[in-house]
Amino acid sequence: MSKILIRGAKVLGGEAQDVLIDGETIAEVGTGLSAEGAQVIEAEGQILLPGLVDLHTHLREPGREDSETVLTGTRAAASGGYTAVFAMANTHPVADTAGVVEQVYRLGREHGYCDVQPIGAVTVGLEGKKLAELGAMHDSAAGVTVFSDDGKCVDDAVIMRRALEYVKAFGGVVAQHAQEPRLTEGAQMNEGVVSAELGLGGWPAVAEESIIARDVLLAEHVGSRVHICHLSTAGSVEIVRWAKSRGIDVTAEVTPHHLLLTDELVRSYNPVYKVNPPLRTERDVMALREALADGTIDIVATDHAPHPHEDKDCEWAAAAMGMVGLETALSVVQQTMVETGLLDWAGVADRMSVKPAAIGRATEHGRPVSAGEPANLTLVDPAYRGVVDPADFASRSRNTPYEGRELPGRVTHTFLRGRATLVDGKLA
Amino acid sequence: MMRHLISAADLTRDDAVLILDTAEEMARVADRPIKKLPTLRGRTICNLFFEDSTRTRISFEAAEKRLSADVINFAAKGSSVSKGESLKDTAQTLEAMGVDAVVIRHSASGAPYRLATSGWIDAPVINAGDGTHQHPTQALLDAFTMRRRLIGRDTGLGKDLAGKRITLVGDVLHSRVARSNVDLLHTLGAEVTLVAPPTLVPVGVETWPCEVSYDLDGVLPKSDAVMMLRVQRERMNAAFFPTEREYSRRYGLDGERMAKMPEHAIVMHPGPMVRGMEITAEVADSDRCTVVEQVANGVSIRMAVLYLLLGGYEPATPATPRTEEN
Repeated sequence: MSKILIRGAKVLGGEAQDVLIDGETIAEVGTGLSAEGAQVIEAEGQILLPGLVDLHTHLREPGREDSETVLTGTRAAASGGYTAVFAMANTHPVADTAGVVEQVYRLGREHGYCDVQPIGAVTVGLEGKKLAELGAMHDSAAGVTVFSDDGKCVDDAVIMRRALEYVKAFGGVVAQHAQEPRLTEGAQMNEGVVSAELGLGGWPAVAEESIIARDVLLAEHVGSRVHICHLSTAGSVEIVRWAKSRGIDVTAEVTPHHLLLTDELVRSYNPVYKVNPPLRTERDVMALREALADGTIDIVATDHAPHPHEDKDCEWAAAAMGMVGLETALSVVQQTMVETGLLDWAGVADRMSVKPAAIGRATEHGRPVSAGEPANLTLVDPAYRGVVDPADFASRSRNTPYEGRELPGRVTHTFLRGRATLVDGKLA
Repeated sequence: MMRHLISAADLTRDDAVLILDTAEEMARVADRPIKKLPTLRGRTICNLFFEDSTRTRISFEAAEKRLSADVINFAAKGSSVSKGESLKDTAQTLEAMGVDAVVIRHSASGAPYRLATSGWIDAPVINAGDGTHQHPTQALLDAFTMRRRLIGRDTGLGKDLAGKRITLVGDVLHSRVARSNVDLLHTLGAEVTLVAPPTLVPVGVETWPCEVSYDLDGVLPKSDAVMMLRVQRERMNAAFFPTEREYSRRYGLDGERMAKMPEHAIVMHPGPMVRGMEITAEVADSDRCTVVEQVANGVSIRMAVLYLLLGGYEPATPATPRTEEN
């Protein structure tokens, strides 16, 4: 495999350096490196980050290939600067057996745009009643370490307790979609001032917070680790902060859209803003940003949720919940966290690569940018400004809330084990 | 005038008064031997009802026919929520057939707004009730009834409801009538108080331009009109209140309670009434109860809205999609 020299990029936003990729690994990092025999990428003014890792992606395959496939989803991931994504289990059939997770894992490897690490269902069919074969999924070729019924909450306290205990045997983690089901019956949007006015069913913050409170206490009791998916309220932040101060092994994620958008947008009744958990208030958004900055929230995860046009081009109540996010995540984080001074680029690398890889035990990802490490890298032009046009997306679905909105930053190159999957913003 | 009528909150004070005044003129038609005006001759109006509502549909139909419009009734039975594309497809079918206005009733909040703003159709959209969101013509007919009773049929012309104290009682949480009335009555200068058990008041109500009380007896002596809201049977099994009897004791309107109201004060109800629970027969059948007048006034109001929206007021102009709202 040929050599690639990335010249003059700011590694993790620091001093400009050269990075020489040789084969699948980083050969050398320094200044004035020789370009001999290497293809040169002039990267002055650009930021070099370890390849991004998304702990929360919906690839829809198997079952809803009209929304997304492993191929289109990983191409979208590469476009967004990702080198690894964790694929949620709510497919058809559900990823609750070794067979399904191995298939998804294999497709990711075959396509070669982005490593796909399947997430296994916690319970059979996501029904919350009976544990899925967690051990078999871990022992499979996919090596599953993250388990989640995402889309649904593991609301039975006993099942949740058993799952937390059981995965300790192989270092697994349960990623909880925190949503008390009775408190969210008929829920359409955040419960508050806007829902009262619009007459849409409310999804109260307490439905999320009460489950998180219960689960951190369960994790403490059984000495296991729990991960909170797409945390969305100021109150949830307080609970996780308290749990961490107490030494409970909890990690949490926030989505880009919860860092930027509020429930005021629902006034348009445009279902592109319909998502679960729902967009919250300005106060929540500010609390989430601060929590991501101070480490209370560990990572950014996209909750990339592709849906075909017809599932969104309808009345609000009939519309599917979810937004695509892989291709815009870094830009939203740049706008909400970097340009507000809350996080530097090293912090972005930590929250979008190092920590998510660590939580998911993706040992080849989220590594330092230094000699001998796997060449999983992302190059970003932070000065770029552009208006989001969904027609440019690699994702099969176009349900982005950012259409027509100007966002900063652009991923120019992505490298997966030394191979460029994105070159000058175009898929390789 | 606006192009669509989606929410009572969209009406300015002058728009609302214009509609009420126009409705007074329309009401005179009902007093004639031949109750018909040629105003909308040659225009086609579709009543697109995704949710059953006989009385609202008939009221619109009567209004349309009195204005000589051609009427298509489209009853899409059952909920479109299970297959969302039907609203868009249906709307486009109607558009293709040359419908000049769509009156829509839908179980999903926001469906009329989507219809009006998504570029699916160009025709004016009139909301005939959407989910738990809005029912603007109901609020208009209520305001019309109040103005007639509290100010006077002729003396009320050109006037709003400034200073009138209106109380709405019951299931505010699920009530599009309550939302529409709070918006419109506030616009018309009235002071609104909502009375309900706390379980039936929405979280977030504190930003509404009204007071909230849990004590009906305390509010009645200060009310010029008391509007009872319908309590749906299914709420009774969903822990919103312990029993029908307890609800009735605390929030029902009987003769004894009515006696606490000022002498001029009226009792209103959007119908259909749950007699014995929300309201006793004694109250429902008293002279102070305006339920039947509200029904008659509904036709006049809907005539006024159709007349004004469909260019009886000014020449019809090509539709401009309201893209800025989406």
